[in-house]
Amino acid sequence: MPVAAWVIIGVVVVLAIVLWSLYNGLVRLRNQVKNAWAQIDVQLKRRTDLIPNLVETVKGYMKFERETLEAVTKARNIAVQASSAGAGERAKAEGELSSALSRLLAVVERYPDLKANQNFLALQEELTSTENKISFSRQFYNDSVLRYNNQTQMVPSNVVASMFGFKAGEFFEVTLAAEREAPKVSFTQ
Amino acid sequence: MWEQIRSNQTRSVVLTIGMGALLILIGYFLGAAFASAVAGLVIAILIWVILSLVAYFQGDSILLGMSRAKKIKPDDHPRLYNVVEEMKIASGLEKMPDIYIIDDPALNAFATGRDPNKASVAITSGLLQKLNRDELQGVIAHEISHIKNRDVLLMAMCGVLLGTIVLLAWYGSRFLIFGGAGSRRSSSRGGGGQAQIIILIVALVFMILAPIFAQLIYFAISRKREYLADASGALYTRYPEGLASALEKIGASTGQLKSANKATAPMYIVNPFRQKGMKASDLSSTHPPISERIRILRAMAGASFNNYDQAYRQVHGGRGVISTASLTAETVPIATVKLEGEAGELNETQRARETSDVMWRLSNYKTITCDCGAKLRVPPNFKEPQIKCPHCGRTHQV
Repeated sequence: MPVAAWVIIGVVVVLAIVLWSLYNGLVRLRNQVKNAWAQIDVQLKRRTDLIPNLVETVKGYMKFERETLEAVTKARNIAVQASSAGAGERAKAEGELSSALSRLLAVVERYPDLKANQNFLALQEELTSTENKISFSRQFYNDSVLRYNNQTQMVPSNVVASMFGFKAGEFFEVTLAAEREAPKVSFTQ
Repeated sequence: MWEQIRSNQTRSVVLTIGMGALLILIGYFLGAAFASAVAGLVIAILIWVILSLVAYFQGDSILLGMSRAKKIKPDDHPRLYNVVEEMKIASGLEKMPDIYIIDDPALNAFATGRDPNKASVAITSGLLQKLNRDELQGVIAHEISHIKNRDVLLMAMCGVLLGTIVLLAWYGSRFLIFGGAGSRRSSSRGGGGQAQIIILIVALVFMILAPIFAQLIYFAISRKREYLADASGALYTRYPEGLASALEKIGASTGQLKSANKATAPMYIVNPFRQKGMKASDLSSTHPPISERIRILRAMAGASFNNYDQAYRQVHGGRGVISTASLTAETVPIATVKLEGEAGELNETQRARETSDVMWRLSNYKTITCDCGAKLRVPPNFKEPQIKCPHCGRTHQV
């Protein structure tokens, strides 16, 4: 066989290996994005599960905060409805819920009896942690999306990405206003 | 940004290979001095393989057993469990590590487990009650980073290499000095007497130097992994101040951990053997000086590896600690300032009570809270059906 034929075969084999590894790399990143999204989903769901419990515990103590409680319940229902929507819309609904929650937890300060309630303290720990988990999973999700998007746009993997239809991922951004108001449960006077 | 820290491992791998070369040389010379070089090599490698296998399969249970760590369930200490889960999520770790508490007033924590899916973190009860939530998060982030960066396996394998080298050198040098005389005389009758003596001298020098070199390499790897774990920890929490403040509290205490030993030292968040007033010298410590770690963390302008590297160069001088492949230009802002006392944060007394409750429960003591406010601890071997409150005299069903 002539040398040229060997060279051609060699080039084809090398190309195939490169293509294969680039493709696998993209799939791995895309799966990571999916997993990260599932993780956010778990935490958001956990928060919506915690809220009825919280409202129930708090209701007896906060007779004069009907509006605040209703706002939380309403924001929760909207968030539940938005749970099947895309990242953008969902982030908005969850942002609303965060700020409604923070308003509720801010007025908790006025009810010292509540602070002594074991049930409430346990709920508060769960809620604080769930808020943290939401923001950490969002952080990981956004990092994963960034890496994945970079990979789909950069040479040479962008060629493979467009060949096999890898679409860019959507970031999960909570609007800044809501972010700033994320529930800070504060009891200091 | 996450997996890229792996490229930092090349330097560690090169150093590990250096240690492996030392082991092979020591086996070779030891063998050459006694019988045959090949036999020495085979014995050295055999010892190393056996110790490695033990460390790989049993390392974590040996370590946890030796430190008398007790495994906790989520309900035992919800805050600790939550913080670990938060960091598991932030790091993208796939499986939740097991959590252990060590009943010891010393302030320390460590991570173990041969791969990220079979990992554990352990924390002393002293540290658990000393740290507020943000600080705890910083410490756990550092430990999770050790798991995520696969430092646990690396340091265990390096520890085994070091142990084998020290072992061989110790016995080898003693045999050469005290037991080698007979064989030397018998072989000097042959023609190669001169060469034999030279080999003996080289072997002896090597026996003395090899453990020292191995130790220095080991310390160098360990310190590097500590810096990297700090950097990853800051990135995971987006809040370097948490870890900095925790390190400050840890640095202020001098209690030595009773259950630690030299082989397990690199796994702890700070060197368990440090003494008050001792400024850890640069080359002979498993950990960088705490004060320097704090200064680097506090000098960070953002929470990315880039920011850590800049802060490192600013504080430490010289080349950065993170390889350029992991440095990205993207900005990672630090989370908003959090303060102790918010978010229903417990104060230190409450945390101490909480922790001691957990420790009693883990020792199978039952806790009965009397109406007068006293807490009765009922030992597991208490057989009576009723117990009287020593404070107010009420009787309780056990």
